[in-house]
Amino acid sequence: MEKILEVKDLQLSFHTFAGEVKAIRGVNFDLLKGETLAIVGESGSGKSVTTKAIMRLLPESSSEFKSGEILFNGKDLTKLTDKQMQKIRGKDISMIFQDPMTSLNPTMPIGKQITEPLLKHQGVGRAEAKKIAIDLLRMVGMPKPELRIKQYPHQFSGGQRQRIVIAIALACNPQILIADEPTTALDVTIQAQILELMKDLQKKIDTSIIFITHDLGVVANVADRVAVMYGGRIVEMGTVDEIFYNPQHPYTWGLLSSMPSLDTADAKLYAIPGTPPDLLDPPKGDAFAIRSEYALAIDIEEAPPVFQVSDTHFASTWLLHPDAPQVEPPAAIIERMKKFPGSRYYEGGAH
Amino acid sequence: MAEKLLEIKNLKQYFNQGKANEVRAVDDISFDIYRGETLGLVGESGCGKSTTGRSIIRLYNATAGEVKFNDVSVHGKKSKSELKIFNRKMQMIFQDPYASLNPRMKVLDIIAEGLDIHGLVKSSKERKDRVHELLETVGLNKEHANRYPHEFSGGQRQRLGIARALAVDPEFIIADEPISALDVSIQAQVVNLLKELQEEKGLTYLFIAHDLSMVKYISDRIGVMYFGKLVELAPAEELYNNPLHPYTQSLLSAIPLPDPNYERTRVRKSYDPASHNYQDGEEIAMREVTPGHFVFCSEREFESLKLTSASRV
Repeated sequence: MEKILEVKDLQLSFHTFAGEVKAIRGVNFDLLKGETLAIVGESGSGKSVTTKAIMRLLPESSSEFKSGEILFNGKDLTKLTDKQMQKIRGKDISMIFQDPMTSLNPTMPIGKQITEPLLKHQGVGRAEAKKIAIDLLRMVGMPKPELRIKQYPHQFSGGQRQRIVIAIALACNPQILIADEPTTALDVTIQAQILELMKDLQKKIDTSIIFITHDLGVVANVADRVAVMYGGRIVEMGTVDEIFYNPQHPYTWGLLSSMPSLDTADAKLYAIPGTPPDLLDPPKGDAFAIRSEYALAIDIEEAPPVFQVSDTHFASTWLLHPDAPQVEPPAAIIERMKKFPGSRYYEGGAH
Repeated sequence: MAEKLLEIKNLKQYFNQGKANEVRAVDDISFDIYRGETLGLVGESGCGKSTTGRSIIRLYNATAGEVKFNDVSVHGKKSKSELKIFNRKMQMIFQDPYASLNPRMKVLDIIAEGLDIHGLVKSSKERKDRVHELLETVGLNKEHANRYPHEFSGGQRQRLGIARALAVDPEFIIADEPISALDVSIQAQVVNLLKELQEEKGLTYLFIAHDLSMVKYISDRIGVMYFGKLVELAPAEELYNNPLHPYTQSLLSAIPLPDPNYERTRVRKSYDPASHNYQDGEEIAMREVTPGHFVFCSEREFESLKLTSASRV
C-alpha cells in the first residue's frame, strides 16, 4: 500500500529550567493510505509529542528537532517555515483534540468555526462555505444543522461538541487525521457513537487516521496497526492482531495484563511496578528494564535494536535476540497467544 | 446475608427545588451496603452517581429520604460532637488527585489533619509516627512526609488521598472515580492497594466509576444508575452475565474490550426509554427478579423477566 507519511529517526527535545528533556528518542514509523494507526502508551511516553511534532504545534522557543525527518508527500515537515506549514495544517493534515470543552472557541458560533478552514484553504465564498458546513454537520449526525450552526459551543453536549470538532477537522477532506484521545473525556455510550462515526467517515473519504489513546479496548476496536510507545521510543509495532495476540515486548505484556478483561476471575490484577522513566536523564539501556521482571543484564547496558517478528511486526527487546534465554510470558499473555497462528503457544490448527 | 452497614431509603437530592430549572439529580433511590463489601455504582456522567455518594456522606443535605449508618441517621440536625463521630467513620477519596490535596500544605499536615481534628494523637512524635506508618501502608515512604503535593506523580497523589482517608480509621470509604485520572499501568496499582486494604482492615467501599471493566473487577455488587434512578442492582458476575434492564444491556454492549476478535463481532444495543411503553398508573419500582438481582420495572415487565430468568436456570 501507498505510504502517505514517513517518520524517520525522529529525535526531539525540550529545553526546560531543569535541563534537556529527551521526549522523543528515535521514532520510526510509516502511515499507509486509508489505514488507522493507533499509538498507545502512558502519559510521558511521547505519543502526543510525536503527533504535535508532525503538526508542528510545539513551541519553537523551547522545543528542538535534534535529528530525523517527517516526510509528507515528499516534503520534510520539520524543515518547513511557519507560512508553508499553515497551508498544510487544517487542510492536508488536521487534528481532533482530547477535550471538546476547550478546543472550540466559546465566543464564536459553531458555524463560523466550521467555515473558517473552508474560507482559508478552499477559497470558497461565504454562502458556499455555509452550505458545506451544514452538510458536514449533517454528516457527523447533528440534527437540525441549519438552526444549530448559529449556536455557541455551550449550547451543545460533550458528545455533540466532539462531533463539531470532527466536522471542523474534516472540512477540507484531509489526507491525514490525527485524533489525540478523542473519546477519553466522553462516556462509553457516547464514545461508541463517536468511534462508529469516525470509522464510517474514514470509509467515505479514505483518510488515514493516527489515533492516540491509552484505552486498549478502543485500540482493539479502531486500529489496523498499533504502535506501543514507552520512554520516547516505539517499543513494539504490528497489526492489531499481532499486538493483542502475539505481543513480544515485556511492556506490551504488562499493559495488556493490567487491564481486567470482563472475564478475569478474582485473581490479583497485574500491576506494572514503579513509574515511567525520567526523560531528563533517560536510561541508556531498555527504558523499561527497571520495571520489568524479564530484564536481562544487557538491557541495563545497551538499548535493544529492532527485531523483526514478521513482515509487519517489529519489537525492540533483547528477548528476541537468538542468544536470549526463552522466557515464559505472563499467564494472561499465553492465553492470548493461544489464539494466534504462528505463536509458539498456538492451539488448534494441525497439532 | 451479611450485616447491613448502610441503609439508603428513598434518597432524593434535588437542586434548585421548586424553580423552573429544578434538577432531580437523585430521584428516590434505595439500597443497602453490607459490611465488608464493595458496592460499585456506574452510569453515564450526569446520571447522579457522584451526587449519591456526596449525599450519603452529607456533603449535600438530602432533599428527602434517609441514610442510616449503623442504624443511625446521617442527615438531620446534629451537634458538633455527633458529627465528629460520624465523620470519623465515613471517609471519601476524590477523583482528581491534583485538586483534592492542598498545594500549600506538607504531606505530613495533610494526612494528620484528621488526626488533629479528632484528637487521635497526643504528642507531635506520635503524630509523626502515625503519618509515617500510614505512608508505608499505602506504599510510600516516610521521607515523603516533608514534601509538598506538587512533588508527587498522579498515582502517588492518589495514594496520599487514600492515606488521608485511612488516617482516622474509617469503616466505610466512598471512592468517587479514584482511578479515572490515572494511567492504565498505575490504575492497577491503586486498585490492588484498595483491595489489599479492604482485606486487612475489613473496610466497606462505595466505588463510583464509569470504567465498567474495573468496576466489575473490584465490586461484589453493582448498581446501575440512569437519570437519577437506580435501574438495576445485582452481584457483579450476575449483572455482567445476565443484564436485565435494557439500559444496562446497552451500557455493557458499548464497552470496547482489548480483544480485536471480540471487537469485530460486538454489536452495540441502543437504549430508548420510550421502549418500556409504561401506561398511566403503572407502578414502576425496584423488584427482585432472582435472589439478589433487582430491576427497576413495572409489574408487567417483572412477570416476563421472571419467566425468562426461570427458563435460563
